[in-house]
Amino acid sequence: MKKLIIIPAFNEEKTIAGVLEEVQAHCPDFDILVVNDGSTDKTSDIARRFSGVRVIDLAVNLGIGGAVQTGFLYARGKAYEAAVQVDADGQHKPAEVAKLLRPIDRGEADVVIGSRFLEKGRYKARLGRKLGIWLLSLTNRLLLGQKITDSTSGFRAYNKRAIELLSRDYPDDYPEPEAIFLLRRNALTVREVPTEMAGRKGGKSSISLPESVYYMVKVFLAIFVLMLRKNNRGLP
Amino acid sequence: MNDLENVQVFRIQILAIVGSILLIVFILELIRRKRLKEEFSILWLGMGTIFLIISLFRGLLDWFSVLVGIGYPPAALFLILIIGLMFILIHFSVAISELKEANKKLAQELGLLRRQMEEK
Repeated sequence: MKKLIIIPAFNEEKTIAGVLEEVQAHCPDFDILVVNDGSTDKTSDIARRFSGVRVIDLAVNLGIGGAVQTGFLYARGKAYEAAVQVDADGQHKPAEVAKLLRPIDRGEADVVIGSRFLEKGRYKARLGRKLGIWLLSLTNRLLLGQKITDSTSGFRAYNKRAIELLSRDYPDDYPEPEAIFLLRRNALTVREVPTEMAGRKGGKSSISLPESVYYMVKVFLAIFVLMLRKNNRGLP
Repeated sequence: MNDLENVQVFRIQILAIVGSILLIVFILELIRRKRLKEEFSILWLGMGTIFLIISLFRGLLDWFSVLVGIGYPPAALFLILIIGLMFILIHFSVAISELKEANKKLAQELGLLRRQMEEK
């Protein structure tokens, strides 16, 4: 099976090398693609030093959604049968990629999400973030009839069908919760597996308070609009 | 201090007519010099024309105010202005969204093509 690891990276020069080393150590059967989202630092140069790592440099900063979608487009073009998204900030553990891929291998799900909350772990979130995550989880349960505990997790594995759909249609900013709805609306199956996530190795959380308010408003608006649209708009 | 009682209403009428004509001419000139695309000029020209008509026929504004139930005709003028500007702004938002989408596709395509060349 042709498998690809997609690493979206925007100004991650401090962490990208460590992530790539770990990914190469733990996932030897994967091809590795770094989508450099218009970084102004040395992210691209560092990634290019790794032999076997492919780098796509985006000419302008598109945001996480546009960068990840570039990965899907690449995967679709090269006929990959599975893809795993791993963040460049070191939050996701490459050692757990295999675990994420297992349900895809067995044909049990189209998309697998690595969840911090499925098992009681050490992950501690601030109150505001907890509230947001709880709200999203409630919305998922009400609208999709499925419990998704970690809607904002970007640690995900996708099969061919999911790659096909998301390469055509993927939300721009804060895409993770919205993508779940998009997938379910197109009758793809989503499953969660418990994962552990490390604290950040570098940089700060990309989201401040006004941003998280915007995040929630944007996500709920997008979900609401998605519900108004007809099904299957992404697949031909 | 009774200047306000002797306001020469025809002055503002002439100013309004001249202003509307200037707006229309300015927009046409921008199109002629290719600084403005026709798509974006139509709403502006429409606004200019409406204001020209309103300033030429003063009774029109009074008639419109009575029609929609506005007691103070100048308020109707502002209403028309605001509605016109809203249309133009929404048009801008749509145009920007389309540009953003096109820009995203271009950046992605460019990145993928460069990658393809590197792989050869």
